[in-house]
Amino acid sequence: MLDLLGGGVLANLAPSMLLLVLVGTAAGMAIGAMPGLSATMGLALLVPFTFVMEPTRALVLLGAFYMGAIYGGSFTAILVNAPGTPSSVATALEGYQMTKKGKSELAVVGATMGSLVGGLIGVVALIFLAPPLAEFSLRFGPQEYFWIAIFGLTIIISMASGSIVKGLIGGVLGLLLATIGVAPVGGEVRFTFGEPMLQGGVPLVPAMVGLFTIPEVIRLVARKGREAQMLDERAQREKLWPMIRLIFSKPFNLVRSSVIGTVTGILPGAGGSIANLVAYNEAKRSSKHPETYGKGEVDGVVAAESANNATVGGGMIPTLTLGVPGTPPDAIIIGVLLLHGLRPGAELFSTSGDLVYTFAIALAVSAVMMVPVGLIGGRALQRGVVAMPARYLAPGITVLTIVGAYAVRTSVVDVVIMLVLGVLAYFLSLAGISAAPIVLGLILGSIAETGLVQGMLTAQGEPQPWLTFFNRPLSLVLIALTVVSLVWPFVRARRERRSRPADAVPAATPRKD
Amino acid sequence: MKRFATRALPALVASAMLTACGGIGGGDDPAAYPEGPIDYVVAFDAGGESDLTARLQQGPLTEALGTEVSISYKPGAGGALAWSELTRTRPDGYTIMGHNLPHIILQPMMREDAGYETDQLKQVYIFQSTPNILAVRADSPYQTLDDFIAAAKANPGAISVGGSGDFSANHIGTLLLNDEAGIETTYTPFSGTGAAVPALLGGHVDALMTYTPMISQLGDQIRVLGIATEEPMKGLEDHPTFTEQGIDLVEGAYRGVAVPPETPDVIVEKLAATFAEINKDPGLIQQFEEQLFVLENMGPEEATAFTQERKAVYQGLFERLGML
Repeated sequence: MLDLLGGGVLANLAPSMLLLVLVGTAAGMAIGAMPGLSATMGLALLVPFTFVMEPTRALVLLGAFYMGAIYGGSFTAILVNAPGTPSSVATALEGYQMTKKGKSELAVVGATMGSLVGGLIGVVALIFLAPPLAEFSLRFGPQEYFWIAIFGLTIIISMASGSIVKGLIGGVLGLLLATIGVAPVGGEVRFTFGEPMLQGGVPLVPAMVGLFTIPEVIRLVARKGREAQMLDERAQREKLWPMIRLIFSKPFNLVRSSVIGTVTGILPGAGGSIANLVAYNEAKRSSKHPETYGKGEVDGVVAAESANNATVGGGMIPTLTLGVPGTPPDAIIIGVLLLHGLRPGAELFSTSGDLVYTFAIALAVSAVMMVPVGLIGGRALQRGVVAMPARYLAPGITVLTIVGAYAVRTSVVDVVIMLVLGVLAYFLSLAGISAAPIVLGLILGSIAETGLVQGMLTAQGEPQPWLTFFNRPLSLVLIALTVVSLVWPFVRARRERRSRPADAVPAATPRKD
Repeated sequence: MKRFATRALPALVASAMLTACGGIGGGDDPAAYPEGPIDYVVAFDAGGESDLTARLQQGPLTEALGTEVSISYKPGAGGALAWSELTRTRPDGYTIMGHNLPHIILQPMMREDAGYETDQLKQVYIFQSTPNILAVRADSPYQTLDDFIAAAKANPGAISVGGSGDFSANHIGTLLLNDEAGIETTYTPFSGTGAAVPALLGGHVDALMTYTPMISQLGDQIRVLGIATEEPMKGLEDHPTFTEQGIDLVEGAYRGVAVPPETPDVIVEKLAATFAEINKDPGLIQQFEEQLFVLENMGPEEATAFTQERKAVYQGLFERLGML
């Protein structure tokens, strides 16, 4: 294997290859940065170009684009609270708060470094651990996916900085929204009110953009005065090197988040969207100052971005080893492989080992290239957005989001959905219900329902089908994680109250509103 | 009056000229079709089989029609979203959409409101099919189809058969198998073949009713118990068909292209002829056969007749099962 690895490194050092990776990464970042234009769509657009390329180069271009797009999603998430893909929801949560405090530059640097480390660790896993990790991913059946979704929903509890009840209301609202459309199992049509376009359900990207970005735009326009500014004009221009050092001074966060991203990335279907949320949650849980999360804590941004770039390498594991796409962009990569007459699976590694390793190394190179491109381009973007007056920013963002919502499925209905949800989210935020739990419910609702029903169906042979949700070893581990995640905030609050009896104000009190 | 002449008259003349221009340019004369770019809409997500097929056809189509053919996506509700929108699209031939059987038959039949009716989609051509296969994991205790049927008879409902989607070829294939063999298995729908395969490989479902391309994609990780074709397929002679094992099961997903209901026949004929032509393209044929797709060549009338035939079969089945 080492000689193949060496061959892969050498192939990547060729100037034409480096240029290809650079172009792919930069293009990916540009597409990923635009809300509504997802990595999947960009890759689909690139496919015709790859027809005339030889397979290795085609894959390298697509891989670099994918890596860049996942990173690029962080820019608009941080700067204008518009997560371009579900992978950037947590980034938007923390990063945008940082922008409001004038720390957007630190957020961008944090996202860049996180993406670098996450991307690299994901590729390392792909190269060295693909077969065992692929085997591991197979052990996850419907029951396990159900528990993963439930575990994801408990993140709502810890994310609710403020009232847990309001967070739960948001989460349940998201779950309700997820029921609209054709049921994932069973095929009956729910809550479409006779509108055939709603059969597909609430589309995720327009919903996210609507729930996160539109309320901000409304706020910008509706209120006057200092707080109407989305961006603090006192934005401090800090020196680059100290910021980088700050990020790397917490290596544990970087590595842990990347590992979380890699492992969730290998789970087909679930991985990409929840990786960043789980990593964010874990970072908050193990932080010494969890109360800073939700108000602009760079560790949160770093955690989210490391995890989501790690899913690139992680998701590639079942893709190349089993022929099962880990994430939607992976489906496109499988498609391109098939078009070139290559078959994913064990034989791909043996017959086309050089292609696989060159591709994997190219992903790593792309991750490294994101740093200069991101630090230069990203910070230029950041400075441009910060300097722009609100009267250009608000309409500009609105146009971007409308185009993005339309572009997903060339559907005007999606734009309407986005705007309706946006207005709804604005009024909900006035009542203290934030958008993040709603998005979580939306993403996880169908995963949970699918897992539940499929689990029951496949266990029909058992005397008690529902028991299979509680007697499988992997499910039990996930249940334990869920319980810990649920209980932790309360345990922690209790512990803090005990250690500081005199001046204690608990970090999380259920009764606060 | 003079002011009217100098101000309004030029405007009136200009608008009259512009209106006259509207007659030229794209779409008004069916005989001159195609005069502009054509949108080939895929009713499923990018990266799937429908997408792959469309991309393979894109080049030959562009050449044969002499105009640009671009691909766009409209996924949702297993294709129903796109097909229902097709019924409301301009019937000028500049939007063509991939369509699938049995989906377009089963969705309006089984869903309260799929947004369209089977007969509303004007079928232009059916160019490809992927037959169903019943597969188990390589280490499964079922060596042959008979083992499988025997086990199903011993434990009705206990065996889980995974497949892609509800009211899809996999689903109806499983229901037809149950009907033909007199057994009861539990069909478990997954969001796509990509989600169903790991369920089989991980042992979470007992068998998979899936498509022929999986035979080459999964190789010796699976054992094929039966293929749902009349005759053994080229390259798959080692695997038994259902028919030769005594089960009359010929079913699969059929892929074709359809246009809005009022599209002029002239345009439909032209498109059908084009698809017939590109289906003879050796490069395309080779790609299809490599992926273990079956080439079909059904023009508009044949496709519609075939659809009616299958509709009657499914109707009978669902009535027997009491699902209608």
